[in-house]
Amino acid sequence: MANQAAIELKNITKTFGSVVANKNVNLVANRGEILSILGENGSGKTTLMNMISGIYFPDEGEIFIDGEPAVIASPKDAFDYKIGMIHQHFKLVDVFSATENIILGLEEQGRYNLKAAEGRISAICEQYGFELDPKKKIYTMAVSEKQTVEIIKVLYRGADILILDEPTAVLTPQETQKLFAVLRRMRDDGKCIIIITHKLHEVLSLSDRVAVLRKGEYIGTVETAKTSETELTEMMVGKKISLNIERSEPKDPQVRLEVHHVNCSNREGALVLDDVSFHVNAGEILGIAGIAGSGQRELLEVIAGLQKSDSGAVLYHNPKTGNVDNLQNKTPLQIRELGVRLSFVPEDRLGMGLVGNMDITDNMMLRSYRRGKSAFLERKAPKDLAEKIIEDLEVVTPGTTTPVRRLSGGNVQKVLVGREIAASPTVLMAAYPVRGLDINSSYTIYNLLNEQKEKGVAVVFVGEDLDVLLELCDRILVIGGGKVTGIVDGRTATKEQVGLLMTKTEGGKQE
Amino acid sequence: MSQKIKKHHEPLIHIVKRDDLLGWQAWGIRLAAIAVGVLLIGVISSLLTGENFFKVYDIMFSGVFGRIFEGKTSMLWKYLQDTAILLCLGLAVAPAFKMKFWNCGAEGQALVGGLAAMFCMITFGGKISEFLLVPIVIAASILAGAIWGVIPAIFKAKWNTNETLFTLMMNYMATQLIAYYVYIVGGGSNVITPVSTGALPVIGNLQYLLNVLIVAALTVAMYVFLRYSKQGYEIAVVGESQNTARYIGINVKKVFLRTMMLSGAVCGVAGMLLVAGTDHSINTNTVGGQGFTAIMVAWLGKFNPFVMALMSGLIIFLRTGAAKVADSNFLNSSFADISVGIVILLLVGCEFFVQYSVRLRRAKKEVEA
Amino acid sequence: MIVEFISRAILLSIPLLFGAVGEILTEKSGHLNLGIPGIMYGGAIGGVIGAFLYENACGNVAENMNPFLAILIPLLSSMIFSMLMGLIYSFMTVTLRANQNVTGLALTTFGIGLGNFFGGSLTKLVQSDLPSIALTKTSRFFKAELPFAKDLGWFGEIFLSHDFLAYSAILIAVLASIFLTKTRVGLNLRAVGENPATADAAGINVTAYKYAGTIIGSAIAGLGGLQYVMAYADGVWSNNAFGDRGWMAIALVIFALWKPSMAILGSFLFGALCNANNYLKGLGTETQELFKMLPYIVTLIVLIITSMRKKREHQPPESLGLPYFREER
Repeated sequence: MANQAAIELKNITKTFGSVVANKNVNLVANRGEILSILGENGSGKTTLMNMISGIYFPDEGEIFIDGEPAVIASPKDAFDYKIGMIHQHFKLVDVFSATENIILGLEEQGRYNLKAAEGRISAICEQYGFELDPKKKIYTMAVSEKQTVEIIKVLYRGADILILDEPTAVLTPQETQKLFAVLRRMRDDGKCIIIITHKLHEVLSLSDRVAVLRKGEYIGTVETAKTSETELTEMMVGKKISLNIERSEPKDPQVRLEVHHVNCSNREGALVLDDVSFHVNAGEILGIAGIAGSGQRELLEVIAGLQKSDSGAVLYHNPKTGNVDNLQNKTPLQIRELGVRLSFVPEDRLGMGLVGNMDITDNMMLRSYRRGKSAFLERKAPKDLAEKIIEDLEVVTPGTTTPVRRLSGGNVQKVLVGREIAASPTVLMAAYPVRGLDINSSYTIYNLLNEQKEKGVAVVFVGEDLDVLLELCDRILVIGGGKVTGIVDGRTATKEQVGLLMTKTEGGKQE
Repeated sequence: MSQKIKKHHEPLIHIVKRDDLLGWQAWGIRLAAIAVGVLLIGVISSLLTGENFFKVYDIMFSGVFGRIFEGKTSMLWKYLQDTAILLCLGLAVAPAFKMKFWNCGAEGQALVGGLAAMFCMITFGGKISEFLLVPIVIAASILAGAIWGVIPAIFKAKWNTNETLFTLMMNYMATQLIAYYVYIVGGGSNVITPVSTGALPVIGNLQYLLNVLIVAALTVAMYVFLRYSKQGYEIAVVGESQNTARYIGINVKKVFLRTMMLSGAVCGVAGMLLVAGTDHSINTNTVGGQGFTAIMVAWLGKFNPFVMALMSGLIIFLRTGAAKVADSNFLNSSFADISVGIVILLLVGCEFFVQYSVRLRRAKKEVEA
Repeated sequence: MIVEFISRAILLSIPLLFGAVGEILTEKSGHLNLGIPGIMYGGAIGGVIGAFLYENACGNVAENMNPFLAILIPLLSSMIFSMLMGLIYSFMTVTLRANQNVTGLALTTFGIGLGNFFGGSLTKLVQSDLPSIALTKTSRFFKAELPFAKDLGWFGEIFLSHDFLAYSAILIAVLASIFLTKTRVGLNLRAVGENPATADAAGINVTAYKYAGTIIGSAIAGLGGLQYVMAYADGVWSNNAFGDRGWMAIALVIFALWKPSMAILGSFLFGALCNANNYLKGLGTETQELFKMLPYIVTLIVLIITSMRKKREHQPPESLGLPYFREER
């Protein structure tokens, strides 16, 4: 059974608009093995797997199942090929029971019989060692239980190619171990298992082979037994490339913002920030590195007053008054009323930072419209600002009255960063400010951040490209699983060092 | 299994969101939809009545505007009045809808506004001076509408109660409230004899002029409010993205309450115009379902008061015109509702072509095989 | 008198029950169809037209009429009208992804217009003195009651004296309840309304389910209009007589917490509330009008309480009112 190709991808390419998500990817997964797909954020792992499971359709290239060419145009087609994908965001109906979710959409022979289905589900649970109450409603379940439902769902459909998208991201170490045991049992049963991940130790402990993607491109496949953490890191992050980003020495660094032991949990009650402490100096760029979803967004939102934290303190050292104010759990308006000039370039540019359907001038006003006592808007200043930004940052647009959603990604970002900088902040936070931008726009953004740094602004830069982080930032804070796993000097740290810190999650609890 | 697999094809038709459409192109599509609708009405009526196709439009036009070229303007005034009332209700729901708060309760809010006006006119009529009474009537109806409008918003803000269903229920409560009041006052005759105390003054001898002027002023005011005021700007931000609103520190709940108060208040004005400015009486049918038509006016007018004015004009034209066509041919006057329904459905449907484009996928698989 | 009251309440409740069950099926597919009031008018007038044509074909003589056809023809023409309207709604909202509220409201305008148009035209055609059209002959076939109902006293009057559509309504409600909770297709339909992306990923044809839910729901709601004309109103159509029953049916959906079986009880309660004023002798006419507010107040209270308690099973279908577009990223 082993070493028989279950699925083979040949020259798969997929683009979204101008963004190339996958480029000429070739990949083979065998029966009776666990294949890891390793890559950083945005390396195209999920897009690739979505093409196998029928969510997207490849622009170019071919997919072979058991050696025969296959067209997978919908999830239903994927089922017919016995492919089952467990998405990172569960696709479950909350008000349904586990059983109802599992049999959803099936065209089974015979009468609709929940009892019989429950029996079959129990049998599957027993075979592979799952624990699940088939009658339990999804919305009362913990995340790990929901994942179990997802896995059983595809097994129930007789899937023998299973794709798991970052299955351990939501699990505790104990739950992870349980899951791995189950996966190994399935492999021994002759199933082909593909697991998307970026956690090296998991790759090494679980998989038989590892395929590495980087920036949408296929780098190579290695056998786990014959590789090492260092080699994989190198394949994943690539050789260090010199970008020639300027970096000046911080002048007169003073503490501007302090974060003390901040804890924060999400709606499900899981801890997303775990005792985070650090400080940012005026006149420096602090980089934040980490796998996506390690708590970066929550961290910035806690500082900006958009997310409540459970405990801890966010202290702002006001350069004008010399006061130290605690910003924890204040609203954005209260923070501004304290005289804190905090600018924030959020990750979700059109969903949070800007209003896509409004024109550039009106988007400029988002920050400033409250000014003045008049009940009416003052559009002159925002319009001037819009024109200034268009000129200074070379925004390509027909004019100030163009809705921002019509602009290209880079220009959208210039508008957003331009606006945030125009507020002459003392703290500037930017989340993935160059994501999806071309080289020139990226450099514009780097230069803007550097300018701010030289003006004595405390800059926080959340990035995903380690080369950029290492060349731009003075210090780099690495976050993993909501914890600070290390703070390194941007001038001396190596890429591997940061890469390893990023993948070092819950190191202490791992026994 | 292999047989089953052969059935799979690449999807041929592919629908993608588009955002490259220019303003004038979008309005071109909408105008085309209106044109198709108007043609359809012409065809249907000439089929039903055997009337000459072009004659239908002649009847519609002269039926709406009367013998306007001979200096007879009474029908024109009636047309303007009807348009004004519908527009006023549309203006009321526009801020709520712009905020993505589905206020389907304009009917009820206008009714309670009218009821408050009627109540003041009857209760205080003759007891206090007209100079005092008219402002009281106006204030009472605005207040009543605002209260009726803010109630669903309170529940929405506090418990996220579905506002569409809530406002719908409130409509019928308002209707019954009026039925109750009519019985009390009318004493079983089910009719309130028109009361002139507290009624809005008539300018010259043009019965509808003041109503039209008030709504015209409201139209400009609402345009200015939505386009140039800080509150109008907040409404737009909340409607576009509550996330962005939070990001810049807007209190979304407060905006909900404030805007629904406004929406209800303007509905109250509409009710007041109908009662104190037109009928001087009230019954359960005073608003006559226009609260719902107004939603379509606001939606089709893209919340731009001036475009909404055109839409109201169009709808009233179709309604009156089609009724006239029906009348002159012994058809039932409900032909008007059908006509309005057709045009609105076409207009709503044509938005698809504004927002999406349909593309055929290259059939490259066949070439390779 | 109590017997008469209950019997009357049941009669009043039937159009609401049809409307509510139809709307529940539609809402379970994720579509808030505010066109239901119009569709019920459409269903009613469809039946009236069918009956009118058949009565005329039989020379307006009751003896010539075949009881089977006398029922079947109005039934079919009623369903054709309401299903066509359902088709318009689903084409607009599913395929063209138009705003559901606006489409629904436009359809209600259209449907009420349609009903009154044909109703008014037929009235003119027969040159009736009254502003109505009477199809009493057809109505008699619809209202045929069980022969032994009269012999059974109060039991007969309450439970056995109704028209067959009334029993059908209850039967349909029960079947719909079973369909939603006990069948595979029902499960799929509910999934579409709750979370179309999940349903899509599970291989369910979301579009087909949305169309089916809306069109079948419309057909059922349309029967409510038919029952109203043929049984409640003794075959007499007069314009606007159907009133706001369609909206009350939508209210009933909320009251019943989207459960057809609850809708049976709810419709009876609504029927009783609408009717109670006539039987409470102490009330003046004006208070009776206030009394008619009760169904809506009760519905509002239910709506508020469910939103406060946030019990997941009692919420509207999660994606109610939202269009679904698979490629939205």
